[in-house]
Amino acid sequence: MDVFTNLLMGLQVAASLTNLWWCLVGVFLGTAIGVLPGLGPAATIAMLLPVTVGLPPVSALIMLAGIFYGAQYGGSTTAILVNLPGETSSVVTALDGYKMARQGKAGRALATAAIASFFAGTVCTLLIALFAPPLAEVALKFGPAEYFSLMVLGLVASIVLANGSILHALGMIVLGLLFGLVGTDVNSGAQRYTFGLPELADGVGFVIVAMGMFGVGEIIANLETENSRDVGISKVTGLMPTREDWGRMVAPILRGTAIGSVLGILPGGGAALSSFASYALEKKAGRNGHLLGTGAIEGVAGPEAANNAGAQMSFIPMLTLGIPSNPVMALMIGAMVIQGIQPGPAIITEQPALFWGLIASMWIGNLMLLILNLPLVGLWVKMISVPYHLLYPMILVFCAIGVFSLSNTTFDVYLMVVFGFLGYVFKKLDCEPAPMLLGFILGPMMEEFLRRALLIANGDPSVFVTRPISAAMLALALGLLVLVLLPAFAKTRGEAFKEG
Amino acid sequence: MTGIVKAPKDFWTGVIYLAIGGAALWIGADYRMGSASRMGAGYFPKVLAVVLIFLGLVSIGRGFTTSGEPVGSISWRPTMLVLLACALFGFLLPTMGLLVALLALCLISASASTKFAFDWKATLGLLLLITFCALVFVKGLGVPMPLVGRWIEPYVLPWLPWLG
Repeated sequence: MDVFTNLLMGLQVAASLTNLWWCLVGVFLGTAIGVLPGLGPAATIAMLLPVTVGLPPVSALIMLAGIFYGAQYGGSTTAILVNLPGETSSVVTALDGYKMARQGKAGRALATAAIASFFAGTVCTLLIALFAPPLAEVALKFGPAEYFSLMVLGLVASIVLANGSILHALGMIVLGLLFGLVGTDVNSGAQRYTFGLPELADGVGFVIVAMGMFGVGEIIANLETENSRDVGISKVTGLMPTREDWGRMVAPILRGTAIGSVLGILPGGGAALSSFASYALEKKAGRNGHLLGTGAIEGVAGPEAANNAGAQMSFIPMLTLGIPSNPVMALMIGAMVIQGIQPGPAIITEQPALFWGLIASMWIGNLMLLILNLPLVGLWVKMISVPYHLLYPMILVFCAIGVFSLSNTTFDVYLMVVFGFLGYVFKKLDCEPAPMLLGFILGPMMEEFLRRALLIANGDPSVFVTRPISAAMLALALGLLVLVLLPAFAKTRGEAFKEG
Repeated sequence: MTGIVKAPKDFWTGVIYLAIGGAALWIGADYRMGSASRMGAGYFPKVLAVVLIFLGLVSIGRGFTTSGEPVGSISWRPTMLVLLACALFGFLLPTMGLLVALLALCLISASASTKFAFDWKATLGLLLLITFCALVFVKGLGVPMPLVGRWIEPYVLPWLPWLG
């Protein structure tokens, strides 16, 4: 079977009336929540995930993917209109996008972002369709040692790309791994760190952790700076880019898409790094590089394309290896597990309808974003202008009900409170929650693969370095770690995050 | 605290890592260790706990040797109000029911803001939100949340049976 027959089959699945409907609902809700200041894609997905639980698996995943694109785009809208980026990847968009908005070009900036995202999304859908199946073939040959090393690599990469202290990020990962072990040990059936509470026997739900740290913790932190918030919304006029705009955006979009597609596959990579890299490239190599930072359309087009491409490409390691490269993908894996699907290389052959349907829905979702969001921009502006002190109690309501509805127990609500407090404290200490959530998801998997690898090798740890693929990944991880610890690189890394 | 500790953020992060790592090691002391080839339940957690303790110590060390920004004051009022509001929701949901629990959650959490004020718009919004949640989550999605909790059920339901 070739890719196009598969894609066609996927389109048939995704374009069924029910799935189109859920995709639309997902894109709409994702944008509506994602556009709210201070809520990034991870928080948005965590909040909306309970809504999808009752749907059949294909529809649920298609809706979640829609939510994800919507949230991404919503974040850019907020970044452009009010200079309040909800997550690191739209920080860059805010640099020139907000300036454009201030110059009365808000509509054109929004349109540029939408067009750039759509183009990048289309290219990446094709790339995923082309490369995911062969990658999965390779992955099928992976033994436990390879998987373990791959996870180590993914975790190390997430440190390199996390903003802030490497030591803190390392600690957050280990902390996440530890939290992930709470519950019943799959091998021996022993209860670990459950304090005799039956509610903890199945472990801590990742949605609870995500909502606590990204939702509740974030709200407390936002309340602290409440009075310094400047919510001056720019008026949106003139959506159509001019002929000159079109000419200026083509090259940055192409370059951004290329950067995002490459960086997005890396475990731990994804949207944030891609948009930073694209912005740096436009500044150094672009024809109008000197204009960047003053409200140049290149500064919106490039990073937006890169950010969307990177975000979408992170589906590849998730779908083929079952390994999340960022918290959003971790949430997607969690959602799949709730639906009874174990992501991994076998998914393509075992559930072709689901796999290709999801891929086709990516493109449909991107198309919907383009068609839906520009006409609805007035509605989004209304959503953004809801004052924060009216907004956050509502967010709390949805978090609380959402967490409760996962397993219908109030215990989970109390757990969310605990993680909310932790989230706030860690935010005060400049510890990023993202590496912790990754560790949290990977913890049980890593333990299992470590166990199996060593069982097969009779306890000989050299198995990780004598198998070539595993050795290569560990070497890469070590190399990355050494690289970030070198003072010279640490400096550039610090600058890369402060770019602009 | 100031004086010896030059990088408070590193110092306190280290303290937290050390504390959690120590607790994990202590609680997990009884978990069967096993051998590398047949790992027991305690093997991986203990390795992680030791690594976390090590990272905590390094971080504390950095707190003394490098200089960094202060942590900044913890704003207890919003923290406590928001956390209390969520916890109270968990407590009130089965006892008093969703309607009361939502009311408490919204009002208490909203009072954490400096801009908290009663006006007809906010009140209307609150009522709409509660109605929306009751209709969508309980009636629509079928989340098993009682609208009226077990404490007040005998007093309310005879009068308003459609809430049951």
